[in-house]
Amino acid sequence: MAKFTYKAHDIQQEWCKGCGICVHFCPKKVLELNEKNKVFVAHPDKCIACRMCEFRCPDLAIEVIVEKNNDP
Amino acid sequence: MSVKKFIRERFFPHIWCQGCGHGIVLNAMLRALSALGISKNEIVVVSGIGCSARISGYVDFHTLHTLHGRALAFATGVKMSLPGLNVIVPMGDGDALAIGGNHFIHAARRNIDMTAIVMNNRIYGMTGGQFSPLTGYGMKATTAPYKNIDHDFDIAELSRAAGASYVARTTTYHVQQLTEMIKEAILHDGFSVVEVLSQCPTNFGRRNKMGGAVEMMESYKSLTTPIGSKAKQENPALIERGVFVQRELPEYCSEYNAIIEKLKKGTEK
Repeated sequence: MAKFTYKAHDIQQEWCKGCGICVHFCPKKVLELNEKNKVFVAHPDKCIACRMCEFRCPDLAIEVIVEKNNDP
Repeated sequence: MSVKKFIRERFFPHIWCQGCGHGIVLNAMLRALSALGISKNEIVVVSGIGCSARISGYVDFHTLHTLHGRALAFATGVKMSLPGLNVIVPMGDGDALAIGGNHFIHAARRNIDMTAIVMNNRIYGMTGGQFSPLTGYGMKATTAPYKNIDHDFDIAELSRAAGASYVARTTTYHVQQLTEMIKEAILHDGFSVVEVLSQCPTNFGRRNKMGGAVEMMESYKSLTTPIGSKAKQENPALIERGVFVQRELPEYCSEYNAIIEKLKKGTEK
C-alpha cells in the first residue's frame, strides 16, 4: 500500500507560466496545459501522489493535497 | 506540506522566465528549511545581483539584497555579529565566481559557517546573455557569437581547493537530492557549497539550440551521473553529482570566539 492517498491538486493558475515541466515529468501523465497555456488536472484518477509536479514547479503554483495512510 | 508560509506572496508570480531553474531551487530550498523546522527568525538570506539573487525578495525570512558579487562579504558580517543565525547565500555563477570570485574563495578558506547555493545557469541571464566563467568552451552567448574560447571552472574542485568543508553538486531535475543536499549543507558546521545546474531556457538554451526548459532538464538526466559510477569511467564527459567533500574543520566564528574568551581571562588576572 502506498504511503499517501491522493486527495486533490491545489493549482494557483495565475502563478503558472505554462513551462510544461510538470506535464512532461509526471510519471502517469495526469496533468495537461489548457488553451491559455495553464496547467490543469486532466486525469485525477491516475495520480499516484508522488508529488513530483509540486517539487519541480518553478512557479510554486502546484500543491498536491494528500492523506497519509496508516500502517496496516 | 505547503511552502507558502515561507514566501512573500504579494510578490508572486515571480519575475523569472517560463521554466527558469531558479524557481525550482527556491522551491527545494523552502522545502529543506520547512523539513528542518528552523524558525523564520533564525534564517538570514543574503544575495547579490542577478536573476538568482532575486530569491531574497521572495522569501519571508531576514533578507539582504546587496552588491553584485559581495553577498558573501555581507553575509560574513551578519554571521560574525550574530553567529547563532543560519546564513544562506543564494548566488548565480557569475555573481559567485566572476564578480565575487575573491569573496567566494576567501569565505571558503576561512570556513565560516554559511551555505552558498550556486545556481549555475552558465550565463548572465538578467543582462541579456553575456558569457560567464561557467559558460564553457564552444558555447554561444551574446558576447561570444562565434563561440566562446574561455574554459569554465569546476565549482566543486575550486571549492575543495579553496577550503570549503562541504561541497555538493546536483541539478534541478534531481529535486529530491537537491532538497537533501541543502538540508545537509545548512546543518553542516562550516562553509558549504551546493552547486545546482539550473536551466536558463531564455538566454542559454535558446542560443545554444538546447530546446526549452523540459529538454534542458532531460539533458541533466542524461549528462550527469552519481560520483564514482561505472558510467563515468566509460564516458569521462559526464558531470558527476553528489557530495564531493564533507569534512570537519575549525569553524571561523568559534575560533574567533575562542580568542575573545582567552583574552577575557587574560585581562581578569
